[in-house]
Amino acid sequence: MTRSRDPVLSVEGLSLSYDTPNGELLALRDVNLTIGPGEIVGLVGESGSGKSSLMQAILQLMPAAARVTGGRILFEGRDLVQLGPHGMSGLLGDRISVVFQDPMTSLNPVLTIGRQMIDIQHRRPESRAAKRRRAVEMLRRVRIPDVESRIDRYPHEFSGGMRQRIAIAMALMAEPALLVADEPTTALDATLEIATIKLLRELQQEIGCAILFITHHLGVVAELCDRIDIMYAGELVESGPVMPVFRDPRHPYTQLLFACDPAQIREATRHLPAIGGGLPDLIDLPQGCIFAPRCPRADQTCRRLHPADRPAGRSELVRCHYPDAPRLEVAR
Amino acid sequence: MLSYIARRVTLAIIVILTVIAAMFVMMHAVPGDAVRTALGPRASEAMVEAYRARLGLDQPVWVQILRYFGAILRGDLGQDAISGTPVLQVILSQLPDTLYLIAGAMLVAVIPGIHLGVVSATHRGSLFDRVTSVLSVSVMAVPSFVIAIYLLLIFSIRLGWFPAIGSGDGLADKLHRLVLPSIALGLAWIGYLARILRASMLEVMAENHVRTARAFGISQRRIMYDYVLRIAILPTITVLGMGIGQMISGAVFAEIVFGRPGVGKLVYDAIANRNYPIVTGTVLLTTGFFVLVSLLADLLIAFLDPRVRNVISR
Amino acid sequence: MSSAAEPSPPSRRRRPQGALSRLVSDPLGLAGLALIVLTVGAALLADFAPFEPSKLSPANRFMAPSGLHWLGTDNLGRDLFSRVLHGARIALAISIGATALSLAVGLVLGIVAGFGPRWLDSLLLLVMDAMNSIPTVMLALLLITYTGPSLWAVVLVVVLVNGPGYARIARTHVLALRSAEFIEAERALGARFPRIVFFHILPNILGPLLILAAMDIPIVVGIEAGLSFLGMGVRPPTPSWGTILFDGFSYIRDSVWMVVAGGLPIVVTALGFTFLGEALRDTFDPKLAKR
Repeated sequence: MTRSRDPVLSVEGLSLSYDTPNGELLALRDVNLTIGPGEIVGLVGESGSGKSSLMQAILQLMPAAARVTGGRILFEGRDLVQLGPHGMSGLLGDRISVVFQDPMTSLNPVLTIGRQMIDIQHRRPESRAAKRRRAVEMLRRVRIPDVESRIDRYPHEFSGGMRQRIAIAMALMAEPALLVADEPTTALDATLEIATIKLLRELQQEIGCAILFITHHLGVVAELCDRIDIMYAGELVESGPVMPVFRDPRHPYTQLLFACDPAQIREATRHLPAIGGGLPDLIDLPQGCIFAPRCPRADQTCRRLHPADRPAGRSELVRCHYPDAPRLEVAR
Repeated sequence: MLSYIARRVTLAIIVILTVIAAMFVMMHAVPGDAVRTALGPRASEAMVEAYRARLGLDQPVWVQILRYFGAILRGDLGQDAISGTPVLQVILSQLPDTLYLIAGAMLVAVIPGIHLGVVSATHRGSLFDRVTSVLSVSVMAVPSFVIAIYLLLIFSIRLGWFPAIGSGDGLADKLHRLVLPSIALGLAWIGYLARILRASMLEVMAENHVRTARAFGISQRRIMYDYVLRIAILPTITVLGMGIGQMISGAVFAEIVFGRPGVGKLVYDAIANRNYPIVTGTVLLTTGFFVLVSLLADLLIAFLDPRVRNVISR
Repeated sequence: MSSAAEPSPPSRRRRPQGALSRLVSDPLGLAGLALIVLTVGAALLADFAPFEPSKLSPANRFMAPSGLHWLGTDNLGRDLFSRVLHGARIALAISIGATALSLAVGLVLGIVAGFGPRWLDSLLLLVMDAMNSIPTVMLALLLITYTGPSLWAVVLVVVLVNGPGYARIARTHVLALRSAEFIEAERALGARFPRIVFFHILPNILGPLLILAAMDIPIVVGIEAGLSFLGMGVRPPTPSWGTILFDGFSYIRDSVWMVVAGGLPIVVTALGFTFLGEALRDTFDPKLAKR
């Protein structure tokens, strides 16, 4: 996939640390990621891979202990790192919007839906009535039934699926250039998950925004996304167009991840395969490639030298010394 | 909602009845003869017996209990031992001054208490937060009557800014004389409110919906004073409700120190005059006031919190 | 949110070892300790007071503070400094004694409520609710109407006011511990009730209760001084800070030093125990902070 137009968001060499009592925790190291206009990018990784840290850095909603130690986050020509949390609040909810994971807790429980949807239009110089009309219209677009009578209800009076649609409505109301969706469907059951993803896809096409979709569900990525980015232990290890990467992943971690995904396993088996070993200690990093301690293929080079990002196969970025080696199989 | 109110009111009534029973038990269990204490050491045996008979203390205990409950439920708290006026009437005539004082103290406490709590939570760990925290525990620790005396000494006697004695005539004068006693009574509550509100705000600030509000670029001020405070204030209301009831205690001292009329002064003088029906009557009535205010606070929370409102209306 | 890249569970900040040194490293704890040392020192040194605390000396009435009478003399010519020292003894004895007694009563009631049958538990809770519904001063005045003013009446008031609070906490802990595995195991092994209470329940609940009790001491100091101020606590001529303050209040227009002598020790003691209690709680049991 060639990318002609300027990207909406480009993360360049981003590094981020947390100050902890035990020392500096290197949560993100030299992360490179680009999102083109109108593109849906799936960001995948297990717990602790740094995808949440990356999201917080993009939104500049970081915990107090977090510190960006290098790199830039360019959005529409501006560096969000330089902009900081204060300058960022001018973009949030306007050019960049977010849908958070848990629909049960992400809305204010003591304010009506209508009030919250009016409040988030605080930049518009319109009357309250006009804002309310926009809110009603947006809720209709996410197919909340009976909007006129429900808009003055409180969040707990809606089901989980409806609340997540309300959250999507809130996020897309300002027609942002980028929507960050943090596992928006993880808390929903399978049927609702599919419906929500369909809705998101439709709205995305109408509005034309780009989406950074954070998930650990590979099936959702295949269904929804144009591109996939895979993170491991604070590094972005592989990036490319969805279907080719699924068919021919080039990073050993991606290969093992796909092999371990229950959806990919065809034979009936009682034991789900797993990648041996655990995440490395991010305070005291091992030398060389971050995946080397768990990589079946790792050799002396891997353990000594940190690999560079290079293209391989159809993937545009693979952080591995041997991206062209034959695909790994999982021992069953 | 109705069933919740019914349950909460029933509980309040049970507590009041238990208090009445407890008071009865106390009167009979506590060492010492109330009648002799009441009449003083010089009372003759005949006087003691007559007084006993008048109070019904010569009857069997169960008769006394029933009579006691019956009278109280009819609103009959007995007669003033000196003037013969019904106790209820005497107390009600003194109540307004005490209520003004408590209202003044609340006013002193609530506005600064809320702001200090919000600002401390917003700038957690800052110098402001730490200073506020130390000052809060300090004003909470020092008994209100000590504060009252020093306020009287400094602002009334030394500086002459406020009159020292009485509740005053006319609105302006009444308000003027209310200032120092209200501060004496409310000061500790500034600290108390600031402290619990800070803790409650910090808890709410960690909730996900606050992050959502930030992610929509809503201003910090709006988030703190509207989105967070609206939830964080709820537990504070319970404490405040109990506080208004407990302020009766502080009012006793404030009324004595500042020479104000009121329920506290009434009961203090009644003890000095051994006017025993006034004492028990005041205790019962102030306890009732405490239970009532706590009840109202709980109902107010139920009304203010849509989550509770919804749950209990089912 | 999923991210182990969040700061991992913060390990305890390295603090100097030893309870006392940890306490002293907290400025608030240090200040509290200093104020308490001052109060306790006053109580201990009361025997060396320059004057007999209750000795009347009509010739020396209303003397302002001087080299001879450090805090001046009162309306009866008594040396206020000596009275304040002896008052410290009364204040500390009552507050510590009454708090210990309330703690004991609360513990027994709490354990009875926690282990006892359901109806007894409910009854105790109801009675404690009722006791707490009577405004403190009203409860005190009511009791003292019957008993007459005395030191013991003050202790009784303290027990009635503070005891239910401790009982509640003890009860909560007992209920939580009752079903804990190690206690179930003990019971299965045939352990007797007293054994369970003394070896398992008490050690578990005593720590938090002692901290709460330390934090309640200023309240008790306030109750003693307050009742004595109203003339319903410690009887004259026994020196109490509350009575000194009341005498000062009676002559507040002419002799300021009397209210200073009566009030300042109350402030010092209240702040001392409060600061120490806060520091103790922060050091040993941060969970209590949400009380």
